[in-house]
Amino acid sequence: MSLHTLTIHELREKLQRGNVSAREATQALLDRIQAVDGKLKAYLWLNAEDALAQADTIDRGGVARNGKLLGGVPIAIKDILSVDGQPCTCASKILKGHTSVYDASVVQRLRDAGAILLGRTNMDEFAMGSSTENSSWGVTRNPWDLERIPGGSSGGSAAAVAADEAFAALGTDTGGSIRQPAALCGCVGLKPTYGRVSRYGLVAFASSLDQIGPFTKDVADSALMLRVLAGHDRRDSTSVPQSVPDYTTTLGAGVKGLRIGLPKEYFIDGMDREIDAAVRAAIKKLQNLGAEVVEISLPHTDYAVAVYYLIATAEASANLARFDGVRYGARVAGEDVIDMYGKTRGAGFGPEVKRRIILGTYALSAGYYDAYYLRAQKVRTLIRQDFEKAFERCDVILTPTSPEAAFRIGEKTDDPLKMYLSDIFTISVNLAGICGVSLPCGFTKSPRLPIGLQVLGKPFDEENVLRVAHTYEQATEWHKQRPPL
Amino acid sequence: MAEDTNKFDVSYVAYLARMHLTDAEKEKISAQLKDILAYVAKLNELDVSHVEPTAHATPLSNVFRKDEVQPSIDREKILKNAPEQVRDLFIVPKIVE
Repeated sequence: MSLHTLTIHELREKLQRGNVSAREATQALLDRIQAVDGKLKAYLWLNAEDALAQADTIDRGGVARNGKLLGGVPIAIKDILSVDGQPCTCASKILKGHTSVYDASVVQRLRDAGAILLGRTNMDEFAMGSSTENSSWGVTRNPWDLERIPGGSSGGSAAAVAADEAFAALGTDTGGSIRQPAALCGCVGLKPTYGRVSRYGLVAFASSLDQIGPFTKDVADSALMLRVLAGHDRRDSTSVPQSVPDYTTTLGAGVKGLRIGLPKEYFIDGMDREIDAAVRAAIKKLQNLGAEVVEISLPHTDYAVAVYYLIATAEASANLARFDGVRYGARVAGEDVIDMYGKTRGAGFGPEVKRRIILGTYALSAGYYDAYYLRAQKVRTLIRQDFEKAFERCDVILTPTSPEAAFRIGEKTDDPLKMYLSDIFTISVNLAGICGVSLPCGFTKSPRLPIGLQVLGKPFDEENVLRVAHTYEQATEWHKQRPPL
Repeated sequence: MAEDTNKFDVSYVAYLARMHLTDAEKEKISAQLKDILAYVAKLNELDVSHVEPTAHATPLSNVFRKDEVQPSIDREKILKNAPEQVRDLFIVPKIVE
């Protein structure tokens, strides 16, 4: 068996026994990337020499054999998280040539756990998009069908893991940017609870919604990664000082007696028939494994996309004000400083980022604040309360991750609203601040494309989410399928 | 909300955002934003007069820490990313006449 196809827990076993070195694991991925990334374009930046040097340091220190959780395991990083000394562009021209000057807290945690920081993965510019088509550096392709998008915004991370170009990758999820690409590429994508993982060193898009999480090949690896990433950090005031359970030990507890809620608003007419059938089959499977199913209602679901696109764009318009050509990034000279800001931002940002900055600036501007931003925040409260009420009757909620499988490159680029609606099942989760995972639950027939199942949990209840996901996964074979590359 | 979309002045909003747009961009964004604003007008269907706004979903408020001197990032390293710099300084266009 080739090394690159292993999961982290399989690789760890070999590393700890000394059967495989960190250098060999890294080289296996570099070879795999060499073989397939020309087609996929999941990576934006990679330095083989640097990765191998990190691996050698780990091998020399015996790190892989001293029980560290990720000792000798190479991990890919979305191009929006700071890794000291590596480029960070957020797939935007405005950050071309920018080098990070410190490690994000999650990156530091990966290093402390013995991981190798392998390279930077493609994304929609500043994480704004659902297809990775908004990258300034080119489209990433879906490993299952090269004519199709990998989902977004963390499309490079999802494609890299699905194609065995990484054992795991970090992504970020503001409205579904981990879960939707995981569903479309056929891997496991976890969005932890808001506050569970520190965002220090993450380039902010929408601060009340952004969360960092892992892409992995199976649920056990997701639990392992979360154990490394989660925890309080004094450098992020929104990170919550709550103890971190060992997610890996509760995975196998089964689902007997667990109550699974099915929101009637998510099982609607007009949904793709194959996706509907796959998700219903998954529900049946969990029922057979001992779970109880209850129907629940999330009555404000229909308003979530509207709320999201006001709140996320308003916050983005403020966060992206820092890209002004003064201290970092590109600069276009102007007649005066205001003109310099305008030209720099006009030349540096791509179309979707501009559209969202305009919408967000408008929603916050004098005379419109109450009508748009404040009203959206109030409806956000209703959406949050929907989940609070629903979780009184169930332990987890099951839904499809995406209303459709991977769409064709270019299919939605001219219709932003249509693109926004592809996040319809993931967006509410960020507004409510709860946690959720997407995992494979089947394939469409022709073409053969992955389908994702979404499991949602109460705030800080990743344990039950992962437990349900793991129980389902272990009773099926979907996670063992690999794209025909 | 719906009637406001007719008053949407993209040039003014672009000025507020300090972001130059070409005429073609202005035309395209105006048309697309009219659709998006018409869509978000559905929020008017709800009565929110007695609902408190949610600014974020964390259970925390007023997180304080001690104001202590901490080591910071190396100045030279930071200045390497500057579009224009001289000695220990960022160079910016003249602001005060």
